[in-house]
Amino acid sequence: MTETVLTVRDLSVQVATPSGAKTVLDGLSFELRAGETLCLAGESGSGKSMTALAIMGLLPKPMCRITRGSVCLGDTQLVGLPDAAYRKIRTARVAMIFQEPMTSLNPLMTVQQQLTETLLEHDACTRAEAPARALQLLRDVQLTEPERRLKQYPHELSGGMRQRVMIAIALACDPEVLIADEPTTALDVTVQAEILDLIRALQRDHGTSVLMITHDMGVVAEMADHVIILRHGQEVESAPVRDIFSTPRSEYAKELLGAVPRLGTAPPRPAKPQGVPVLEVDDLSVRFDVRGGVLNRVQARVHAVEGVSFGINAGETLALVGESGCGKSTIGKALMGLVPWQGSVQVMGRQTRGMGPALMKPVRRDVQMVFQDPGASLDSRMTVGDQVAEPLLIHGLASGSALKDRVEHLFRRVGLSPDMMARYPHEFSGGQRQRVNIARALSLSPKLIIADESVSALDVSVQAQVLELLQEIQDEDGLAFLFISHDMAVVEQVADRIMVMRLGQVVEEGARDAILRDPRHQYTRRLLSAVPVPDPSRQRPERIETESIGSPIWPKGREPDRLKLEEISFQHRVAV
Amino acid sequence: MSVTDTTVQKGQSRVSRASQVFVALMKRPRSAFGMVVILIMVFAAVFAPLIMPQDPFEQSFEGLSLVGAPLPPGGDFLLGTDLLGRDLASRLVLGTRTSLIIGVLANGIAILLGAGVGITAGYFGGWIGAILMRFTDLMMAFPALLLAIVLAAIFQPSLLIVALVIAMVNWVQMARVIYTETRSLAERDFIQVQRALGAGHLRILGSHLLPHLLSSILVFGTLGISTTVLLEATLSFLGVGVQPPMPSWGNIIFENQTYFNTAPWLVFFPGAAIVLLALAFNLVGDALRDILDPTLKGRH
Repeated sequence: MTETVLTVRDLSVQVATPSGAKTVLDGLSFELRAGETLCLAGESGSGKSMTALAIMGLLPKPMCRITRGSVCLGDTQLVGLPDAAYRKIRTARVAMIFQEPMTSLNPLMTVQQQLTETLLEHDACTRAEAPARALQLLRDVQLTEPERRLKQYPHELSGGMRQRVMIAIALACDPEVLIADEPTTALDVTVQAEILDLIRALQRDHGTSVLMITHDMGVVAEMADHVIILRHGQEVESAPVRDIFSTPRSEYAKELLGAVPRLGTAPPRPAKPQGVPVLEVDDLSVRFDVRGGVLNRVQARVHAVEGVSFGINAGETLALVGESGCGKSTIGKALMGLVPWQGSVQVMGRQTRGMGPALMKPVRRDVQMVFQDPGASLDSRMTVGDQVAEPLLIHGLASGSALKDRVEHLFRRVGLSPDMMARYPHEFSGGQRQRVNIARALSLSPKLIIADESVSALDVSVQAQVLELLQEIQDEDGLAFLFISHDMAVVEQVADRIMVMRLGQVVEEGARDAILRDPRHQYTRRLLSAVPVPDPSRQRPERIETESIGSPIWPKGREPDRLKLEEISFQHRVAV
Repeated sequence: MSVTDTTVQKGQSRVSRASQVFVALMKRPRSAFGMVVILIMVFAAVFAPLIMPQDPFEQSFEGLSLVGAPLPPGGDFLLGTDLLGRDLASRLVLGTRTSLIIGVLANGIAILLGAGVGITAGYFGGWIGAILMRFTDLMMAFPALLLAIVLAAIFQPSLLIVALVIAMVNWVQMARVIYTETRSLAERDFIQVQRALGAGHLRILGSHLLPHLLSSILVFGTLGISTTVLLEATLSFLGVGVQPPMPSWGNIIFENQTYFNTAPWLVFFPGAAIVLLALAFNLVGDALRDILDPTLKGRH
């Protein structure tokens, strides 16, 4: 048996809240062995990030404190260690990478400065050796053009590159333990796959133990040797990764795994009679000017959406997939008239081009949108009942007791009790808030709902419930959905048709099964191959490497080449 | 109208909301103290002639010592006398009128103007925002005191004019703060949702932006009280503010500041009154901010 690097015994953490101390971590124990990857998995509020912060001695003071237990790194007891001693341990022996690489890096320092600072702080090398060491570290994390990257600032790097730099900094002093707190959650799937590969490779070469914190069971399946599932600060189940996935013992683990959407397992979509066309989009383009220079003239344009055409019929769900920056959300905003656009958009046969706010108003009743962040899209200073009622007031559709009845009906419709109407958004959980948002979108009885990453911010079990609710609404009312998402497994569950976008243009479109089972465009294949599979016994298909994706920014006077779609089979079109 | 209290008529619900806020203010010790101070000052201002111990304008012989120096507090004159032998306590009570009117009126106009300009410029942006904010910058660059003197010289000095002049000088900072905050709020999702729903500008501004800006407006507004009272004093000192012999807290300080060493009470008492006024509004403003924020409910 290999030696134990990190031992956590009976660790308990309390947070001071206005209503008294609350235990957020209750008697957690585990051992991390050399070279092993341990995953702490759980939904939000399970205490997994608290564990990481407690080990790092970074619990926010004075609200949080360790009430019980011990954390031993080798022979060193970390609980109660004074700050000065802790500083010598952090990064040198236990390093951490965070979810959001942009906010973890100092925006005013170059990559080289940040790496050098870490190296010198811990006396890993002399000042003269530092640049060479920094360069070597960037090579280790397989950053392209490492010499150039050293001189760059964080904002000049992409999200994946930044996370590589963070990993380089974390590994600068060759720590025994690397704590990775949701390291790939903010990244696109293809980048996530690359970063996970990198962590694995580095672990193999350096023998580092990894404590990985994640909510994504796909990531767990790919990375973990051993898994601990947490809930409300308590360990629910602890087992080797294969056992967790094949024979989960606890109810909660079964539920959690059952709720995880798995690509390739969704039942076929029921055949539906073709409904009337709700939305017809033809040659839609959205461009943003980039101004600069002395006279503030247009120097370049961001071609966020470029010549996209599609249609949605009643009762149908069209999914728009692609990586961040591909223009999928911009399409949603353009359809709602939130950004200026060119082309043709017809809602229920009415052309909306050139419509002013007054003319748009009746059109808005037919198209509504549900945003990604359920909390941010509600006004924190207004009761949820008032917010659901507001669209009806804006459009003058109901008032007085009729309004109240209607709102109560909407609350029941989305599975909330009408008693909750007088509450404010902060009194709800994320899933409930998204239900309120859905109720608000439904209040005008729209024909089409644009769901922009509407379930991405939710825990998997809640996500499943919200998806179910959306499906129910569609079945009852024959609503059409434009479902914008980056998550292929979720898309598989809800979509009738799928459109894959890259750099503002459609590269492949067709029926769900055609796209997912028989992808023809290289980019679609790359996207699908990068999706983590929540099954440790299954090897992920070989990752397809492609050249970097390019940029949608073009200098004035130049435009991207329009991709031509070719129909290869019935309704399955691929860019050539 | 709110669906959460449709049973109550609109007017009634406003009244009950206001009385709820009043009760909440009186429940917190700090804001209750502030409320009491403000109420006492309002009472003093309204009934000044009745509660003044002496005639505030009478330059009495008994009010000066044998060598002609002002009398310290105690004896016949509760808070002592000023250089002309006038009763300080009476002048302070009468001065409450001027200071309170200036403090509340001038500051109120400044808040309305500043917040109005800030919200409009921040929400609409574009050329409207550009024009409004460049004008604000212009006002900021102009020496405030000079502007006040020029304005006061053009119009006949009166309480209302003084209040207007001070408001003209003081609205600028408020406009800047509110502008910046509106800009970032307007980009938030919940405002975008309103646009997508087809809500009109008035609804977005009034129902959704204003409540979120309230805390800044309250904090900045209550801070403005003391600067306003002191600016009035400066203007009075320069002869373009409140005209003598009418007292205000500010001009009592300015009249007597050179005698600070020999008659400190002449500066101390009006100074303390100004501090008390500013403090009271600050405490009430802070509490009001918390009471009106539903996310803080039940945390006190």
